[in-house]
Amino acid sequence: MPAENVVRTRGVTKVFRLGELSVPALKGIDMEIKRGEYISIMGPSGSGKTTLFNMIGGLDKPSEGRVYIDEVDVAQLDAYELAWLRCRKIGYIFQTFNLIPVMSALENVTLPMVFAGMSADDSREKGVALLSRVGLGDRVHHKPFQLSGGQQQRVAIARALANDPAIVLADEPTGNLDLNTGKEIIQLLKTLNREKEVTIISATHDLKMIDVSDRIFWIRDGKIERVERRADIELEVGTVEGQ
Amino acid sequence: MAETGQMKVEKQIVLPMFKAIQMSYQSIQIRLGRSIITIMGISFAIAFLTSIFSSIAINGALLTKGPEYLQARLSGGVGIKAQQIWLMSLSLLVCVVGITNAMLMSVTERYREIGTMKCLGALDSFIVKLFLIESAFQGIIGAVAGVIIGNLSMILISLIKYGGIIWKVFPWLSIIKTGMIAIFFGVILTIVGAIYPAYRAAKMVPADAMRKDE
Repeated sequence: MPAENVVRTRGVTKVFRLGELSVPALKGIDMEIKRGEYISIMGPSGSGKTTLFNMIGGLDKPSEGRVYIDEVDVAQLDAYELAWLRCRKIGYIFQTFNLIPVMSALENVTLPMVFAGMSADDSREKGVALLSRVGLGDRVHHKPFQLSGGQQQRVAIARALANDPAIVLADEPTGNLDLNTGKEIIQLLKTLNREKEVTIISATHDLKMIDVSDRIFWIRDGKIERVERRADIELEVGTVEGQ
Repeated sequence: MAETGQMKVEKQIVLPMFKAIQMSYQSIQIRLGRSIITIMGISFAIAFLTSIFSSIAINGALLTKGPEYLQARLSGGVGIKAQQIWLMSLSLLVCVVGITNAMLMSVTERYREIGTMKCLGALDSFIVKLFLIESAFQGIIGAVAGVIIGNLSMILISLIKYGGIIWKVFPWLSIIKTGMIAIFFGVILTIVGAIYPAYRAAKMVPADAMRKDE
């Protein structure tokens, strides 16, 4: 099966206006991401990676250029279609977990399914299955404040997968976690990426991510500085070790 | 044709009323302190409104059916005075402003939550729905409490002023009727006060919501 582009951007620029000043955050981004890839967007803070990430997620619109998700131009969608896209096509994972504090783990996971019109019984069943998959089968009724950071992020991952999205967008998913928990979360994401063939796009500056990424986009000053394949990096590491 | 039909079914985004009510209820529960203050604001304004209604009703009943000495005492006029209307309107206006302020604070506090919901596929209308239901809840509780407080205090004052005689002529029907009107007013005013904050919350761009720290 020829791999199709699940995300494609063409000349995306974004300018933020701060009073009189206009600050360019992105200066023309062209990228193509294939279905089932594990992508990391790396770059120092202020490089524009979060802005790019928001564009890909349909959370923000570019000043110029086009963003296609599943070959649909995001800019052409109305509010209703955009909500549908966010609900069904894209799962989001955030640095700060962003679980709804008043809801239990299960309610958090089933919320996107409720929006998608799934019945209460079906969504409960699927929610429990997803929570078990991320290793929280015994904590479905816990509230976010009763869970550790790593557990909260697992709930968030289960929630991101609620409607079997084509893409999971993770914004610094390990940014608020300690080293080991971060590793576990990265492993979980990689396993789900293989198992469910879901495309994972992660904005990060966690170097642990490089190990599992198929490709890495390095962003600097609002531009793609270089794109690396994992195979190339492994080769480089091999050369260094061979010396 | 069949295909477009299929698309319509598939492209639905919904928030069932039951779920919305449950979410609003949870939201009030977790921010109980703030909610109680808002509810108190509503109930005081409605209590004031009710006390005026109820004093008019009791005095009116005494004037028509009460003993002669009281009729003579009250013949000066038991109707509503311009000053009272003025005070009533003012207190209700203050109440609406108070609710708007409280709801705006609650919107600011929940930027992240609202942004997350939008990322999960919530439509603007879901956010509006949640905020309006939440304030309607507060309005109902506040208004009912206000009607009870207003009536009880006016009955107590009348008892002190005129004695047990008021029970003989007690205007149950009009007390209940004005109570209903006051509750209706309370709920409507609360919802009116919440419209602008709910609109602001709904219009938020999810990316902005995510960017806000805390």
